Amino acid sequence: MWDREIRAMAASHAVTAAALFMATVLPAALVRGFSVYGTHLLWLYAASGAVSAASVAVYWLLGVTPSAKRHSVGYKLSRLFRSCLYFFLSCLFFHTVVVLYGAPLIESALETFSLAVLLTSLTTLRCLCVLGPNVQAWIRVFSRHGAMSVWDTALQITVACTLVGAWVGAFPIPLDWDRPWQVWPVSCSLGATVGFLSGLVAAPAWIHYHRKQLTYKCK
Amino acid sequence: MRVRSSVFASFVLVFEVIGVALFLRGFFPVPLKSSFSSNNKLSDLPAEPLTGSPPNSSRLPQPLFTRVVVMLVDALREDFVFGANGRRYMPYTRHLVERGSTHSFVAKARPPTVTMPRIKALTTGTIPGFIDVVMNLNSPALLEDNLIWQAKTAGKKMVFYGDDTWVRLFPKHFMEYDGTTSFFVSDYTEVDNNVTRHLDSTLKRDDWDILILHYLGLDHIGHISGPHSSLIQPKLLEMDDILKKIHSALISKEAEGSLPYLLVLCGDHGMSETGSHGGSSEPEVNTPLVLISPAFKRKVGMEKPGVVEQVDLTPTLALGLGLPISQNSVGRVIPGVLEETSLRDQLRFLHLNGHQLSCLLKDSTPDYEKEAGFEQFRVAEKAHGSWMKLFLEGNTSEVLNNMGKKVLKQYLEALAGMSSALSRQLGKYDMYSMVAGMVFVFQLLLVLLLAMPEALSGEAAVDLPVLSVLLSLPFYLLCLLLASVHVLVCTSAESSCYFCSLSWGLVFAAVAFYSAMFCILVSMATRRLPLGPKIHGRSPVRSSGSEWSLSELDALLLAGTVGHTLSLAASSFVEEEHQTWYFLLNTLCLAVFQDVCRKYFREQRGPGDEDEPILPSKDCHSPAHPKAEIYSERWLALATPPFTLVCCRLLRSLNQTGVQWAHLPDVGHWLNSSEHRTVLSLLAAFCLVLIYLLVQRRCSWVSKVALALGLLGVYSYRAAVGNVLFPWQHSGRTTSKGTVEARFVYVFILGILFTGTKDLLRSQINTANAKLKSRGLWEIYSGLVLLVSLLFRAHNLPVLCCCLLIQTLMAQFIWKKLHYDAAQTTIMHYWFGQAFFYFQGNSNNIATVDISVGFVGLESYVEAPAVFLTALSTYAGPLLWACHLVCHLSSERDRSPVAVGHGCYCLALLRSVPAAAYIVLVTALRYHLFIWSVFSPKLLYESMHLLLTAGVCLFFNTMEQSHSSRFFSNCWTVILVTPHLF
Repeated sequence: MWDREIRAMAASHAVTAAALFMATVLPAALVRGFSVYGTHLLWLYAASGAVSAASVAVYWLLGVTPSAKRHSVGYKLSRLFRSCLYFFLSCLFFHTVVVLYGAPLIESALETFSLAVLLTSLTTLRCLCVLGPNVQAWIRVFSRHGAMSVWDTALQITVACTLVGAWVGAFPIPLDWDRPWQVWPVSCSLGATVGFLSGLVAAPAWIHYHRKQLTYKCK
Repeated sequence: MRVRSSVFASFVLVFEVIGVALFLRGFFPVPLKSSFSSNNKLSDLPAEPLTGSPPNSSRLPQPLFTRVVVMLVDALREDFVFGANGRRYMPYTRHLVERGSTHSFVAKARPPTVTMPRIKALTTGTIPGFIDVVMNLNSPALLEDNLIWQAKTAGKKMVFYGDDTWVRLFPKHFMEYDGTTSFFVSDYTEVDNNVTRHLDSTLKRDDWDILILHYLGLDHIGHISGPHSSLIQPKLLEMDDILKKIHSALISKEAEGSLPYLLVLCGDHGMSETGSHGGSSEPEVNTPLVLISPAFKRKVGMEKPGVVEQVDLTPTLALGLGLPISQNSVGRVIPGVLEETSLRDQLRFLHLNGHQLSCLLKDSTPDYEKEAGFEQFRVAEKAHGSWMKLFLEGNTSEVLNNMGKKVLKQYLEALAGMSSALSRQLGKYDMYSMVAGMVFVFQLLLVLLLAMPEALSGEAAVDLPVLSVLLSLPFYLLCLLLASVHVLVCTSAESSCYFCSLSWGLVFAAVAFYSAMFCILVSMATRRLPLGPKIHGRSPVRSSGSEWSLSELDALLLAGTVGHTLSLAASSFVEEEHQTWYFLLNTLCLAVFQDVCRKYFREQRGPGDEDEPILPSKDCHSPAHPKAEIYSERWLALATPPFTLVCCRLLRSLNQTGVQWAHLPDVGHWLNSSEHRTVLSLLAAFCLVLIYLLVQRRCSWVSKVALALGLLGVYSYRAAVGNVLFPWQHSGRTTSKGTVEARFVYVFILGILFTGTKDLLRSQINTANAKLKSRGLWEIYSGLVLLVSLLFRAHNLPVLCCCLLIQTLMAQFIWKKLHYDAAQTTIMHYWFGQAFFYFQGNSNNIATVDISVGFVGLESYVEAPAVFLTALSTYAGPLLWACHLVCHLSSERDRSPVAVGHGCYCLALLRSVPAAAYIVLVTALRYHLFIWSVFSPKLLYESMHLLLTAGVCLFFNTMEQSHSSRFFSNCWTVILVTPHLF
């Protein structure tokens, strides 16, 4: 059972990573003058769109999402609506946190918000896919020893990696090197992306090596 | 010997301060300064020596040159002109060097080989040290006596084109100037064309005496692609063409009968093999110096250029132009330039130079008479006098000529001796003192680290094996070894060394201390090694539980401390250190927020019941509490970290500091502009009221009244100075210095401090009353708050206000409720203190120190209180947080009686780690490009902070002391009471 789940997870992560890769490569071929630094916002939205699409598709296909088959269309619609609301609230939350960290309040609000969107699509969206719009479940998963399945553990790892990546990405901003990737928010979004990718790799690997120790209370 | 950890920590810190002071003494050589603060004047010049008759006229010989053109090519290396490629690179110059009437030299520049200090060296003739930068804090202009000033005073007309450093150093000195910035290193053509474009018109004109050109292009090419790139040759050819143009223009202008011109080609510093500069390697130090003038003899072939010091150009130019040599110049005139003048003039020139050097030597060295050069100068002066006598008598024999030659030689030797004696004291790092200080600090730091398990244990006492060490053989052997090393180093060192000049008693004490520390270190290490991991597990910093598990917060605190220390190696991170602290503080608040959330959302629900909705769960420990209170407390606790975050974000935009973003508009400027004075007044009044409300709650009623009156006084002081509006102020009143108001506040500060001390002393006697003690401590703290509110500028009062607000909230809802231990609380306090240091507008640049604070309540400048007040207001943030830490930890005593000791130890550790690491970094980076502008000021800040922390730790110590004495007296009471029970 474990091996199957880990394999499924590895596959799903590979698909997500591939989507991210395509989001970088395809526009480069299609759009004239595209570059990760130069037209950063374009890349950023392409990447977040690709990751969102890939996550939603993969988790829907795998059926990890808490099934809603028994419920009516109205219930599904309300879930969808709540998910969208959560997505937007999470964007606002990330935006606030980034501003508290010292991003300019008014000047580059668009850049800051784009970073918030990227972070949301890398973290919150996956939570929404795996756990659904259920705050209780989120609090459970993100408190200590709260994971109840392999997917929860993977979620913890990827989210932590993404956030730490974005955090680390802010380090080079004060350096006076005048490089294109030091422009706000390039280093942070690149850091988040790199962190996310490493989280995608690390999660199945970590679970695989610790599968003996991992015990979940109920599944 | 068993000592309590607070005593141990204070002891270590105090000795670290001594070690750092020794290091600083080695790092910043004391500058040579003439005791006369004024500049040299023509009328002060000494008379021409003449034996047996009243002093001769003090006239100067005829100047040698009328017009001087200095062509300074940045980073011009010696081999670009004199090397094998010189003929290819600069054909015309090379031709002049070989065949023209020129003198060429290799001029040695002194490290740091950076443009600004080198320009200073070239113009003042001294070798500037960092201390100069500190001495004239806010003025970028060169205030020392210098050649340009002398020329201006003598009425010479000067024109300057090139690097705008000159324009900043010598404002209003030039008749005409055009500064180019060296900001864009990638531009190497435009920057030079901007200089050359003025050249044609200027060379045609006759209205200038001195023309200075500073070309930056070559330096930029060096930085981009190094000394062997293909860009070098065209650039040097361009320079060669310019030189040719100037030379031919000067030749064509040369009128019959007038004095000749002088054209100087020089470099300010060289270029290393990688193209950078700043260090002391040969190619960086060696620059060409070519003097071209028809007054010189024609050369008949390439000679090996002689070696001179770069500063020798200054007296040469000064004498050549008939100006007094600037006061602090350590250079000696280049004899070749004088060759063609009469013997009398030559002797006179050398005498002037010698006199200036001997004056400087007299002022700067106590035992100047022992210097060989000084003695020689006296002899030469006397011989000069008798020669003059013979000369004036009309004696023109060969004997007289030979005698003059001899005097000349004596003078030259004397000059060389004095110049080298002077420059020995300058511009060199005193490595021995630096290393000694560094070793000192590191031994202490290691002892501190090794003692961690014991110091943070439940007993909070450290066992130092002092006695056994002092009686051991290795100690004495080490003493001997170190003493012999000391003697060896001091006898072989050629430059002056502070540590060697100490008296023998002190040196012996230091040697004994080193050996003792080393032996203690070794014995502690051997004791620790086998038990290491077991004891480490107990230390609260490393783990929250009994295992090796780090909570996220602990990981963050450790990583932050280590990361910050490492970040000091990068100049940008030093410049923008506030960003590091804000970043860490934000993350800390988020981590605390997570802890709070966990406590209130997760813990209260039993495991496995995740479907239970969040309800205000009953607190099983205190069912008596009304429900609503728990509810509100919980929400307040949850709101505290976000509130802190918002406060920090607002404070951050109050004062922009650092370098890169310092120019951005901030709220502080907005508040200080005159049209927003009403807003500022309202804000200040609101802040003062809030400060009163926050501070008064734990004071006695006497202090409450004093505090209220004091804060009123603060407002009226600000109104008197003119920062804020006073409602009943007469409109016509002019702003005064507010001395009366400030003194009024000082009286209340002293009153509050007095009541606090009185309470503390009473609590010593009346041991049962713990409340009295915490009240006394709080009163001392509120006295400090009042003082800071007086010293802070009006727009900075919100910083103080937020500081108090955050302290109150955090103490109430976070530190007590979440059961953070003393170590964690201390680290958090330290981080907050650091962030507040920058919130109040400080940076790692000396220029942001607010010196005006030193005049609050004083009629005129009095050094001791001014320095004290400035230091206090600069470090107000860290001090307030450290004081709050003492209050907080001693109020926590019921929970953990050793908290104060732990806190003191952690504070000492937190301060010594960056300080120790930083002095190593600075030593390693001592030839870095930014060593003066970035690293040295930070070094001063670090050492000042260390000093203040040592003071705070001593304060901790007295608190802990009284506690233990209370403990002992309790014991005594028990012992005394026990017999009565039976």
